[in-house]
Amino acid sequence: MDLALTDEQQSLRAAVDRMLTKCSSPEQVRQAEPLGFDPRVWHELVEMGVPTMGVPGIGGAGLADMAVVARAAGAHLAAAPVVEVMVANRLLAATDREVDDAAVRTIAVRPARDHRFNLVPGAAVAAEVIGLIDQRLVVVDQPRGSASGPLNLGSAPLADVAVEVDVGGHPVRIVAEGDAAVAAFATALDEWRALTAQWLAGLGRAAFAIGVRYATDRRQFGVPIGSFQAVQHRLADLTTALDGATLLSDKAVWALATGDQMKAAFASMAFAAAGETAQQAASYALHLHGGYGFMEEYDIQLFFRRAKATCLVLGDPRRELQHLADELYGPAQDRG
Amino acid sequence: MEFSLPPEVEQFRTEVRAFLAANVTDEVIERAHRTGTFHDRQLHAKMAAEGWLSAGWPVEYGGQGRSPLEMNALTEEMYLSGAPVDGLGVASLVAHTLLIDGSDWQKQTIIPGILAGEVMCCLGYSEPDAGSDVAACATRAVRDGQEWVVNGQKMFTTLAHEAHYVFLLTRTNLEVPKHKGLTMFIVPMDVPGIEITPVSTMGGERTNITFYTDVRVDDRYRVGDVDGGWSVMMTALVFERNSAWYGECVRLLDHAVAWATDTRDEDGRRYIDDPLVRERLAGAAIGNEMSNLLGWRAAWMAANDELPGVEGTMAKLATTEHYQRTADDLIDMLGAEGLRRHGQPGAAADGWIEAIYRHCQVTTIYGGTSEVCRGVIAERGLGLPRSR
Repeated sequence: MDLALTDEQQSLRAAVDRMLTKCSSPEQVRQAEPLGFDPRVWHELVEMGVPTMGVPGIGGAGLADMAVVARAAGAHLAAAPVVEVMVANRLLAATDREVDDAAVRTIAVRPARDHRFNLVPGAAVAAEVIGLIDQRLVVVDQPRGSASGPLNLGSAPLADVAVEVDVGGHPVRIVAEGDAAVAAFATALDEWRALTAQWLAGLGRAAFAIGVRYATDRRQFGVPIGSFQAVQHRLADLTTALDGATLLSDKAVWALATGDQMKAAFASMAFAAAGETAQQAASYALHLHGGYGFMEEYDIQLFFRRAKATCLVLGDPRRELQHLADELYGPAQDRG
Repeated sequence: MEFSLPPEVEQFRTEVRAFLAANVTDEVIERAHRTGTFHDRQLHAKMAAEGWLSAGWPVEYGGQGRSPLEMNALTEEMYLSGAPVDGLGVASLVAHTLLIDGSDWQKQTIIPGILAGEVMCCLGYSEPDAGSDVAACATRAVRDGQEWVVNGQKMFTTLAHEAHYVFLLTRTNLEVPKHKGLTMFIVPMDVPGIEITPVSTMGGERTNITFYTDVRVDDRYRVGDVDGGWSVMMTALVFERNSAWYGECVRLLDHAVAWATDTRDEDGRRYIDDPLVRERLAGAAIGNEMSNLLGWRAAWMAANDELPGVEGTMAKLATTEHYQRTADDLIDMLGAEGLRRHGQPGAAADGWIEAIYRHCQVTTIYGGTSEVCRGVIAERGLGLPRSR
């Protein structure tokens, strides 16, 4: 058992943190709204080799290294689909496609409906969207400027993607079919869950830190509000839950990297736990600001909106618990 | 990062598990449940004979020098097995505290007896007016030559009826602030003047009130300095907050999963296929995993020579709060059938969830209430300004 980062991972974390401190300040995050994509952040990520870092033969990094990047990106609310690109590139590489370019790629995390992938994370800025439809792994090409997404809660580059040309969509290529396609997609989705859990763990801890700082500085009734037990006890519960969810996210990444028997269950647990705690932490940190937290000029609202929005990209969180139950207890038998 | 345990820890765990499987019989568990005494003399003696009471101790005490990771595995397995080991827990914490704060005579006389499984202890901290504010202790110890004369009353002296010693917090100085006038003793239970009154609890555990009337205690039973009892107390508390409750959470969920798998609703459908049931079980499983990891993190820090004061407190808080929430949720899942008690014909999950629902209420109290834990985390962990 070893819960510490390696020296290399600590250097990686410091490098990403340094870059995002420079390029992804709260002010820059605001500037990138409403699209939620900052070309400069993307350029820096490409320079650092992040998009293909997890592609065997190119990046040479493991999931644990990708987790370090995802955590830092979440803490800085980086305006780029960091997790989606890393996961999509690995998925594409698994189908023997070359991916050594700097294209924005993403993965449609929810099943298609009526030949559309709706609200795909990163799709508003992606050149290629990879998804599973009718047991086929497909790549949807999106010519530059063709995609556009709705304004949304998290100011994220979400877009609806049509997957058939005759319904007004873009060219579609099939890159894998059958069991192989289903298995590759399931692995990618579990990686997305575990790395998004890391992103949420980073977001949650950063939002929490803003709340603690505010509670320490803000004085009412002549004392810092952080000296009130009503405030302290909520913060104590939250820091405990954040630590628990972060440990679970690390375990999920470890389980996927080592091929642990419980890897899919851990990925699901991590996503559910990190999502719930990030939302709670951001919500309480916002509440601690009183009326100021509601003002757009305060940073905490940036975290609050993204915490919820990142979780909902995969659907109703209670349905995720049904997915977890499938992993733990086997699929439910038809109840007629 | 590495989440699997080193081979020697897994090897040790396997040995422990085999022993427990053979010795923690349904009869042992049933007896603890029936008597409310979560200490089994025979089992305790067998564990001592296997060297597990002293497993984490240095070799010069006859121990095996087991690491914090191995000891966490041992604790985890004991609680996963359902073994009634509260007595072992208290005896170990007293022995560990004596090792740090006790006199040479106490170390030579009392510790070997505890490690051999022959000596049991109970804790005399709480009083009618001193619970979380344990330093408000009013039990008086007054010096009389080479002896002390003790008068007072202690609440919740669980296992006093099995114990050879009580680890007794007393007031020895009324002239100084409350934390500075306390002295700790390890008092033999067979000296004249100690009276034990049993108290039965909602959770089924038997506890006691102990009364001390002109109890004469030799000064050699004093632990630490005169008026230095608070620092001994702080040492002892570090050993009380551990992740023992994780095993209880797992047993709770196992009962629920077994019930859902084996039981059908009025339409003949298995409960395990009901989405409402599945959501509850999955939610409980997540909390169990987080509790487990918080406990192992504290053990991992201890193995790396860090003192996990705040992290151990986090594990205690998270695990017991989760345990209570889950018991509440899972007895709801059983519906009206959850009301039948253990031993009643047709009781759902053999009535164990109903029993746990009552028992778990105390876990957020003893070993530091959730409020005390949150205060420690907020002020020592987060560095927030003091609240009082």
